[in-house]
Amino acid sequence: MYTQGLDQADALPDEELSERFEAKVAAEEKVEPTDWMPAAYRTLLTRQIAQHAHSEIVGMLPEGNWISRAPSLRRKGILLAKVQDEAGHGLYLYSAAETLGVTRDELVDQLLSGKAKYSSIFNYPTLTWADCGAIGWLVDGAAIMNQVPLCRCSYGPYARAMVRICREESFHQRQGFEIMTVLAQGSPEQKAMAQESLDRWWWPALMMFGPPDGESVHNDRSMRWKVKRFTNDELRQKFVDMTVPQAHFLGLTLPDPELSFDGEHWTFGEPDWAEFKRVLAGDGPCNKERLAARRDAHADGAWVREAALAHAEKKRG
Amino acid sequence: MGREAWSLWEVFVRSRAGLAHQHVGSLHAADAEMALENARDVYTRRGEGASLWVVPATAIVASDPADSSSFFALDEEFRHPTHYVVPDGVTGI
Ligand SMILES: [Fe+2]
Ligand SMILES: [Fe+2]
Repeated sequence: MYTQGLDQADALPDEELSERFEAKVAAEEKVEPTDWMPAAYRTLLTRQIAQHAHSEIVGMLPEGNWISRAPSLRRKGILLAKVQDEAGHGLYLYSAAETLGVTRDELVDQLLSGKAKYSSIFNYPTLTWADCGAIGWLVDGAAIMNQVPLCRCSYGPYARAMVRICREESFHQRQGFEIMTVLAQGSPEQKAMAQESLDRWWWPALMMFGPPDGESVHNDRSMRWKVKRFTNDELRQKFVDMTVPQAHFLGLTLPDPELSFDGEHWTFGEPDWAEFKRVLAGDGPCNKERLAARRDAHADGAWVREAALAHAEKKRG
Repeated sequence: MGREAWSLWEVFVRSRAGLAHQHVGSLHAADAEMALENARDVYTRRGEGASLWVVPATAIVASDPADSSSFFALDEEFRHPTHYVVPDGVTGI
């Protein structure tokens, strides 16, 4: 459906095309793959959608680690379904990125070569079963906060992919919160496990919204082009306001001594931005392990991809 | 990557009997059978569909966005019922 890379209206000068584009986006009209778009818009969208897709794919690994050790058959079924959803999210997003003219192979190459970035959160290890609860509750919770506004993104294929994804994310968050609830209301050991997990995941979850507004490189253009609707700090604040009462319900303590309610919002301490930069630059606890797992999976699947093509060829006769 | 890529397929889902198939997205597959199975796994995990179509992306003929202003010209207002003024007091029209 998406014929790609054709700048159809090339009879017009770029300035005029660019003015029309800006007016269209400002009027909340959607941009579709075959429409003229500034090269910088194409680059920005390609990078953002690709990073998002990579995050869904790498994001399968931390929880995948617990599928074989889930504490019951029900939990195992839920976890499998959740991880399968994330694979689907990766696919919706890769498809959306491809409408901008990049190929799937190029995208996969960028991830496996370490050239592309993905969300810093997935470079932390899942040490206990409670981590599957904390991830669903906090990580998917933060993802929802980020993704709901993206359903109104100016780029049609990205917005449509986000609508599908958001429909599925709510299950992810709820199953995580349920795991945390069961543990928090369980034996002292179970409650301690839930608390210890929250202690480790809280700050990395806050970092998911990206650097503080003053330092964020792409904010202005992203906002003008209606890719982003809220700033990193605005989303972070919304997330904290939503999550603090949930932690109180669980009877767990958020690991932030500066947390206090000002009558309207929860004020909170500063995440360790040096740690954020380190993890993003490749030096987190699991960066090497995650990439190695992706590379192995891709290499191990090569014969399947080739065999499927050979089979299709043979059937065509 | 040194291999021929799987081709692109567009996926259409009929959410329930009585409704038209609707485009939901795309995927890569080696052949039609795999495209259909992948479409089921990727786009209908929660009972979203009662029927699936997969179509090779290359089989779709699309209108040219550069022509859209002439191709979809809307200068014949009289084709719309709103063009006509129904006199006050007249009902059922
Ligand atoms: Fe996801
Ligand atoms: Fe998720």
